[in-house]
Amino acid sequence: MTKPVYNKHRNALPGPDDITRVVLENGITVLARTNFNSPTLSIKGYLHSGSLFDPVEKLGISYLTANGLMTGTAAHDFQGLYNEVESIGARLNFSSGTLTTSFSAHCLSEDLRLIMGLIAECLRTPSFPEKEFNRQKTQLLTGLAIRAQDTAAMSSILFDQIIYADHPYQYPEEGYPETVQRIERIDLVEFYQRTYGPKNMVVVIVGAVQPEEAIQAVKSTLGDWHNPQQVPLPNIPDAMPIQKTTKKALSIPGKSQADIVLGSLAPERLSPDYFTLRLANNILGEFGMMGRIGHSVREEAGLAYYAYSSLSLNLGPGAWEMIAGVNPNNIDQAIALMEEEIRKFVTDPVTEEELSDSKSYFLGRMPLMLESNSGVAISLLNMEHFNLGLDYFLKYPQEIQAVTAEDILITSRKYLDPDRLAVAIAGP
Amino acid sequence: MTKTSQFYPLPNGLTVHLKEIHTAPIISTWVWYRVGSRNEQVGKTGISHWVEHMQFKGTQEFPASYLDREISRVGGTWNAMTYMDWTTYYETLPAHVFEISLQSEADRMTNSLFDPKEVELERNVVISEREGNENEPLFLLNEAVQLEAFADHPYRYEVIGLKDDLHTITRDDLYQHYRNYYRPENAVLAVAGDFEISAMKKKIENYFGTIPNRQVDEHTVAQDPPLGGEKRVSVSGPGETSFVQISYRAPAASNPDFFILTVLDSLLTGPSSLNMFGSGGTSNKTSRLYRALVENEIAVSCHGGLQATKDPFLYHTLLTVHPAHTPEEVLSAVDQEIKKVLDSPVSSAEIERAIKQAKALFAYSSENISNQAFWLGYTEMFDSYDWFENYIDHLLQVTPEKVLEIARNYLNLDNRVVGFYTPEESQA
Repeated sequence: MTKPVYNKHRNALPGPDDITRVVLENGITVLARTNFNSPTLSIKGYLHSGSLFDPVEKLGISYLTANGLMTGTAAHDFQGLYNEVESIGARLNFSSGTLTTSFSAHCLSEDLRLIMGLIAECLRTPSFPEKEFNRQKTQLLTGLAIRAQDTAAMSSILFDQIIYADHPYQYPEEGYPETVQRIERIDLVEFYQRTYGPKNMVVVIVGAVQPEEAIQAVKSTLGDWHNPQQVPLPNIPDAMPIQKTTKKALSIPGKSQADIVLGSLAPERLSPDYFTLRLANNILGEFGMMGRIGHSVREEAGLAYYAYSSLSLNLGPGAWEMIAGVNPNNIDQAIALMEEEIRKFVTDPVTEEELSDSKSYFLGRMPLMLESNSGVAISLLNMEHFNLGLDYFLKYPQEIQAVTAEDILITSRKYLDPDRLAVAIAGP
Repeated sequence: MTKTSQFYPLPNGLTVHLKEIHTAPIISTWVWYRVGSRNEQVGKTGISHWVEHMQFKGTQEFPASYLDREISRVGGTWNAMTYMDWTTYYETLPAHVFEISLQSEADRMTNSLFDPKEVELERNVVISEREGNENEPLFLLNEAVQLEAFADHPYRYEVIGLKDDLHTITRDDLYQHYRNYYRPENAVLAVAGDFEISAMKKKIENYFGTIPNRQVDEHTVAQDPPLGGEKRVSVSGPGETSFVQISYRAPAASNPDFFILTVLDSLLTGPSSLNMFGSGGTSNKTSRLYRALVENEIAVSCHGGLQATKDPFLYHTLLTVHPAHTPEEVLSAVDQEIKKVLDSPVSSAEIERAIKQAKALFAYSSENISNQAFWLGYTEMFDSYDWFENYIDHLLQVTPEKVLEIARNYLNLDNRVVGFYTPEESQA
């Protein structure tokens, strides 16, 4: 076996030596990393606003507020804003998640100041024009009508309703048709005033620009932003594990395929179990043609085009999901196969071979993951969001290497119980 | 100065295209075959895509899951895609372990087993993939439109194939198709990344040089006469959202008209991203159709797309109907916009803007090694690599007069199929 050599390569992994990190006076953290291989930039960032602030009866405010940032500002109307962005072949968009509202831009490096200026303008002076608001609302409602027909999206919503019962994470960020119907323009304005601000905001710039110039571009556009009304994120409560296997099924007539999501709660991103879980999930339903789950459901039984598992780990309780899309006649068989794989997984330790394959997968993929500017930018955002430290990638190999088969067994048992699963199905 | 790219044939007819890129310790290897749904006979639709699936099912030397494990354990990615004109396989791997990609691609060019048991399992997987597609209204609509758009040319069928054919295609059909089209003369090997050309050439000679070429009888592909009149097709299905697809017969990518239509597409529905991987692209909010239909709340979204194909295919525009409007109203609003480009020349400024956007999209495509390797082979499938290199130059020659001429030649009623997708309820 050849040893990975990535750290010695001319294009070393991001680390304290080549990431510049500055905290501005108003609380914005700026991270920059240079890459002159192509004349482009990836600019990403987030602030601490999200659907967690939405009142339950008006879910979707956060989503519409983020979407509304580019519908008009003090200086530009909708067409004016997009004309600036599209004329230079750039892209800029804002979107809201549960805990963060993010922005993402891609542009030629010569357009850094223009794009940073627009980001700041949208964040600082949105005008939420009434006409544009109504249009956005209809677009969202149409999107939700399309979502209601999407078996994958609906099974995922059902799954969250089971594992996050009585927890705010049970709600989809875009809301439901009836909650979106209730939202008015004034809700966006109030939401904006209360939750948008520079405190704990992060901006990452990666690409063909010197770090000083990148930081100056943020400082000059956002450095004097203040919002004394900005409230901190609410505390995220714990979620209670379910006590017995719980199923929810939704019928969407006329569909050819059903989607299944089954699984359990997982810990938060900063859990000491993190690396063990990543390896466990990889072996269970990710490695190669989707690990043991893919092997059993797709390769051996030929039941599905996709069958895999995934972990979502953030602040607060996470989720460990096994997902498959199958013919409606094969739902029970697919569920039985997935449950059987989970049962085996929490009964016997993974083999040394599986463990070593999975470890080498995680170490080997780093240069691929960090190849593009946007790949690096996403990694830097995560490092900041979860306070992982600038030396995260340098310590990463040791963390991966330290995991044992015994760790995986103990940790998987902690989170996966084949007799206490959430099972969600959406199909005809 | 040493040459950093090279394009040459092997004596057995295999075309090789190499490009050194030393920005990350990665090598991306692609093998392209000139076979896709374009080469399929009536009753055997979907066979090229199914052959692609079987190429992952093993050879004598590398049993089914062997390569999957070898590639995954070094953190590599591999996959394959089948389209109308081509089928491609790629591996992106850390440079120090990349050689397995050459070894395995040379092997599966001739030695795939097509084990009857695996064929049957994969039949279910491919049918499952099709059923997943059938869940999408836009798949159903597009399938209906393409069937109307061509009477004889195989482009009339979706790449996935008709369900009846997926039930009846045999192992021998698949193997015969494989043997016909998987041979050096019908393939392009493209490799980009962190290597030296001279050393790479030796390795390629070693793995691919000994594969004999075989002469086979290729059937001719039926070409359709002009459409000769507008055609309409209606599809109804589940959901509450209506969609309109308008597809004009379009020139082949090698036709100079194609570049002019690219500019026209940019003006009408926004520039299309050229990237297969990673970020890129821009939004289309300032495009003519967006402003006329979405801003005026007749549609909730619009998209357009021109695809580079070997034979003349289609220029699609796709609109999601606003809930307060009908598909007919959307069509008539689109027609008013089309009429404008038929009546008077567009401005030079609009053309310049489209070119500027295309240049930015080009810059993004050089950010990622897999993307660059993609382009080395892709354009050979419908024209030649010059097509890529001269792309911007072709755009620079576009004038308002030429746009007017091309609009009149292609965007006329007699040259199009209009498809409506409407919810089942409203059909009653």
